[in-house]
Amino acid sequence: MAELQFREAIKHAIDEEMDRDDRVLVMGEEVAEYNGAYKVTEGLLDKYGFKRVIDTPISELGFAGIAVGAAMQGLRPIVEFMTFNFAVLAADQIINHATKVKYMTGGQADCPIVFRGPNASAGQLGATHSVAYDSMYAQFPGLKVIYVSEPDDAKGLMKSAIRDDSPVLFMESEQMYGLKGTVSDEEDYIIPIGKGKIKREGSDVTIVAHGKMYHLAVQAATQLAKDGIECEIIDPRTVKPLDLPLIIESIKKTNRCVVVDEAHPFAGFASEVGFLIQRDAFDYLDAPVQRVTLPDVNAPFSKKLFDAWYPSTKQVIDAVNQVTYRN
Amino acid sequence: MVHDNKRISMATKIKDDIVFAPRGIGDDNDGVVQKGVDLPPATKKKHKALGLSEDDLKAMYEQMYLQRRFEERAMQQYQKGKFGGFLHVYIGQEAISTGTVFAFDDKDDIITGYRDHGWGLCRGITANEGMAELFGKATGCSKGKGGSMHFAKSENHFWGGYGIVGGHIPIGAGLAFGNKYKGTGNISATFFGDGAVDQGSLHETMNMAQLWKLPVIFVVENNGYSMGTAAKRHTVAEIVDRAKGYGMKSAVINGMDTFSVYEKMKEIADDIRENSEPWFVEIRTYRYRGHSMSDPQKYRTKEELELYQNIDPILKMKDYILTNKIADEDYFKEAEDRIDTEVLDSVKFADESPFPEIEELYDDMFAEENPYFHV
Repeated sequence: MAELQFREAIKHAIDEEMDRDDRVLVMGEEVAEYNGAYKVTEGLLDKYGFKRVIDTPISELGFAGIAVGAAMQGLRPIVEFMTFNFAVLAADQIINHATKVKYMTGGQADCPIVFRGPNASAGQLGATHSVAYDSMYAQFPGLKVIYVSEPDDAKGLMKSAIRDDSPVLFMESEQMYGLKGTVSDEEDYIIPIGKGKIKREGSDVTIVAHGKMYHLAVQAATQLAKDGIECEIIDPRTVKPLDLPLIIESIKKTNRCVVVDEAHPFAGFASEVGFLIQRDAFDYLDAPVQRVTLPDVNAPFSKKLFDAWYPSTKQVIDAVNQVTYRN
Repeated sequence: MVHDNKRISMATKIKDDIVFAPRGIGDDNDGVVQKGVDLPPATKKKHKALGLSEDDLKAMYEQMYLQRRFEERAMQQYQKGKFGGFLHVYIGQEAISTGTVFAFDDKDDIITGYRDHGWGLCRGITANEGMAELFGKATGCSKGKGGSMHFAKSENHFWGGYGIVGGHIPIGAGLAFGNKYKGTGNISATFFGDGAVDQGSLHETMNMAQLWKLPVIFVVENNGYSMGTAAKRHTVAEIVDRAKGYGMKSAVINGMDTFSVYEKMKEIADDIRENSEPWFVEIRTYRYRGHSMSDPQKYRTKEELELYQNIDPILKMKDYILTNKIADEDYFKEAEDRIDTEVLDSVKFADESPFPEIEELYDDMFAEENPYFHV
């Protein structure tokens, strides 16, 4: 096992896939000569050259579309967005084109493309730089949405994303790039898309949490364990397809569930998981499913307001106390 | 012969090597310092010929000095951990905000991107209100909700800084639409960097602005770099020539010279007021600091930076005032001390100001008083 930073794990996955398949290329703002705004692509230009590691202007709609066209030609572009908050400008290409071209041409065109970059809040960056987009994109048919929490998942799932023949959104976080973790050094390490993981076993309550929220869940579980509450934490890793069987099996054991989601509350990941649990595990539930999300409010800059806005460990603990009737 | 063979093999290699984005690293300039931007000649006119009074010159100097000191102090406070988020400073570009604001009427509308502190100060955000905003305090110009990227003072027709590159360009034209619709006679100007020239929003908006004859100026503050990418590596041809495709009037201005900015922007504002039609303007300038506080600036040399620092617009104005005996060293000492104190006081003010109340998190989301929030 190797100890890698999150950014290194992603880079290793990209590097291995570029080495394996010369149709794989990287494009995005500052990915080449600047070595990546967050250094995820550091060194790739030196290794693969200007043909395959391509700096783009600040033209998100344009380069996303060019990458879609290149994918239709059989290439396998990895498009980096400096943040998914900027990918909003490219949403037409992601939502209207990448996800639909195969279907509307009756299967004549494939679109093997990865759109990747940091998602959601990264501290006090204000209203336009803080939105979690994974739930929104999961709404659309034709997209696979991955939002990982640890370097090992990042490595294995990035390789799967690049090899996938359909469009995949791969989400990261500015605040996790420096996070270290053990990463499998298995040759050609692949984690299949759509497979979640039980990352902490427990019998009292199931916490479903992905991306940065996974780490919040871990903190909450650690504190709750001191009170004798054992949380089972499931990191779905892939938002869509969702590993529902894994969640349902856990609910059958714990009979209680809290979903922690960095999106706003309306029609997000948390609401979807909540619905699915009541549909498939209704008879096993001892309490209504609870959720912790961002409030229905834009991101404020001010530290004090930001701290009130951002989901907290305390909110997760409160939600666990609620479903275990410990309030 | 050996030498020739080597050249041929290299040339062949380059020919075979497919390249998309123009290269920057490895450029051999034979020791010649690269220039981020080529500055057009500055105006030769003296202040009287431009219609500027001696008091105007002093006010311009003080305004630029305030912007510079404010941001230097802000950087220091950021490094001390007094506030978080992004900090993009305007240092080096102050002649543009100052020359423009002096050339415009106070009711003309201004909107800009995230490098917005200078614009805010120039349009009446006080050092206290600005610093408090950086600190995220309730006393900030945007009540602490916006931070560095979202300074705004709409009562003074400064509509703010925006965080999505190119996102505010159409909004600037929308302000012009409002002025034309209401018949205010005011114009608007939408300022953005050379990086934003590559966004589709600019091109869609330029077309409509010309089609609808909107009283708007699209102003590129070309500082040579789109974050870490030199202009020649991210955009083709001369930026100003974008205007031709839309049949739009255009100009290139020396942005390191306050008089040049003032002269041309005044002329353009007058023209728009008379004819209600848009302009596209490229003001060439240089940012002395990194794109943001986390930029190691490996994409340029110290020598290149010095080329522009040597023609600093603030020092140039000071020199003009002294040379023309408009004011003496005593004046500068008094003015600079006064502004230094103002900025230092703003740090104290920001530090001591309260944070917004938690309840304010939900304020300013909707127009009505008790809106619905989904839980």
